[in-house]
Amino acid sequence: MHWRAGLDPKGAKIVRGAGSRLSCVLVQPLLSRVVRRIGDRHPSVFARLGIYKKSAFLIDPVELPFALHLCPDPEAPAFRAVPRDSTPHAQAMIRGRFMLLLELVDSQRDGDAAFFSRDLEVSGDTEAVVRLRNALDDVEGSIAEEAAGILGAPGRAILARLRRAYKSEAEGFQQA
Amino acid sequence: MSPGELICPAGTPAALRTAVDAGADAVYCGFQNATNARNFPGLNFTPDELAGAVAHAHSKASKVLLALNTYPPAGKVDLWRAAADTGARLGVDAFIVADMGVADYIARTYPDIRIHLSVQAAASSPEAIRYYCENFGVKRVVLPRILTIPEIRSIRKEIPCEIETFIFGNHGLMVEGRCSLTNYLTGQSTNMDGVCSPASDVEFVRHDDGTMSSRLAGFAIDCFGCGEKAGYPTICKGRYTVPHRSDAYYAFEEPVSLNLARLLPELIDAGVHAFKIEGRQRSKSYVRSVVSAFRAAVDDIRAGRPANITDLVALTEGQKQTQGAFATKKWR
Repeated sequence: MHWRAGLDPKGAKIVRGAGSRLSCVLVQPLLSRVVRRIGDRHPSVFARLGIYKKSAFLIDPVELPFALHLCPDPEAPAFRAVPRDSTPHAQAMIRGRFMLLLELVDSQRDGDAAFFSRDLEVSGDTEAVVRLRNALDDVEGSIAEEAAGILGAPGRAILARLRRAYKSEAEGFQQA
Repeated sequence: MSPGELICPAGTPAALRTAVDAGADAVYCGFQNATNARNFPGLNFTPDELAGAVAHAHSKASKVLLALNTYPPAGKVDLWRAAADTGARLGVDAFIVADMGVADYIARTYPDIRIHLSVQAAASSPEAIRYYCENFGVKRVVLPRILTIPEIRSIRKEIPCEIETFIFGNHGLMVEGRCSLTNYLTGQSTNMDGVCSPASDVEFVRHDDGTMSSRLAGFAIDCFGCGEKAGYPTICKGRYTVPHRSDAYYAFEEPVSLNLARLLPELIDAGVHAFKIEGRQRSKSYVRSVVSAFRAAVDDIRAGRPANITDLVALTEGQKQTQGAFATKKWR
């Protein structure tokens, strides 16, 4: 029996919230470094964002215990993990499975196709989403690998393992 | 045998390099303004980016075609002329043009640079195409997607220029270059501003029951059920309720993409010189997948082998594909 099974719904919600906040604290240092590195290495992203470089985006990887809040302001870029029960304001929201979002960032998947299949949801300011998509799509190389590289060999190993797991899952889904 | 040139889309410099690396014979692209029909936010090229793109493409023996395929509003032709001047200075291989005034300017100012007649010109008869050839030196016509292959074969015999046809991608069949549906709701013009369903006017709303509505300028265009495949938020692909029907229905067209992979041999035999892949607004992933698939298919056909045709349905709008009017005059 799972240890949380004995909790009432209110208690379970409190535990989930605490877990989410802890996860946010753990990943935050990495996220801050990721957004600074991408901004430093790919300044053309900001030009394609236009006025939306001052906007906030809420990115929601549905299976993770937190959402991500991105402010791609070149003067003060911010990328934060935020608990779902207290997300800050954002002009635009992007929602999908974590690896799908990662593949979209890396242009391994097509955003329009993911939208057509309903694997990807967007809401809020559509122009902001379109600008972000086009800005990231013009980046050469893999943003995911750059991010994983910040953690060195362990980061790259984790990314490779995630990709293998996602690929296996996707292939299993297609065969089912 | 027709060369079956592959004409591939690029919305960014990275997409252009992807297209070239995937085997594009030519790549078409546009500037970040109203001079092209994909004037979408965050998309397209600055002059500096186009200079780099031309250099890269030419180093790989690919061509760059600059889309100047919108219609200048009265008194604003200078933007189109300046775009042509920049394109010529940067060494583009051809201009894709719809407007006669733009074509006339290019023909007089840059007589050595090819003019391709855009699909936006909607020239579908030999008489119309010959007019453009005789008066502006048009070297290639991109045919509207309303003609059968026998009709294309017939036209080919009566015109003095090359034919390019779309083979994959968005399937919008309003009289091309004449559609004002977006203008009607948003005040912005597909033909003059280069924006079909501008993103700033588009809204997607997810409802608690899992359905999703798409709206343009506040008007509902469609509502997709849970898990139902979606399409672009364009009026022509919208689903509407009317008093005489109990269910919402696609009044104009359905969300579906053109895919002529299996008709390539017939198109080549009909004398089609070049094959166009739609999708400057799509990602590098789309460009890589679609260009690679058609490169392999065209190479197979030209080598006398059965074409190895990759399944591209996952990339299609609504995850449905059609051969449209190329196969039959009635394709609904």
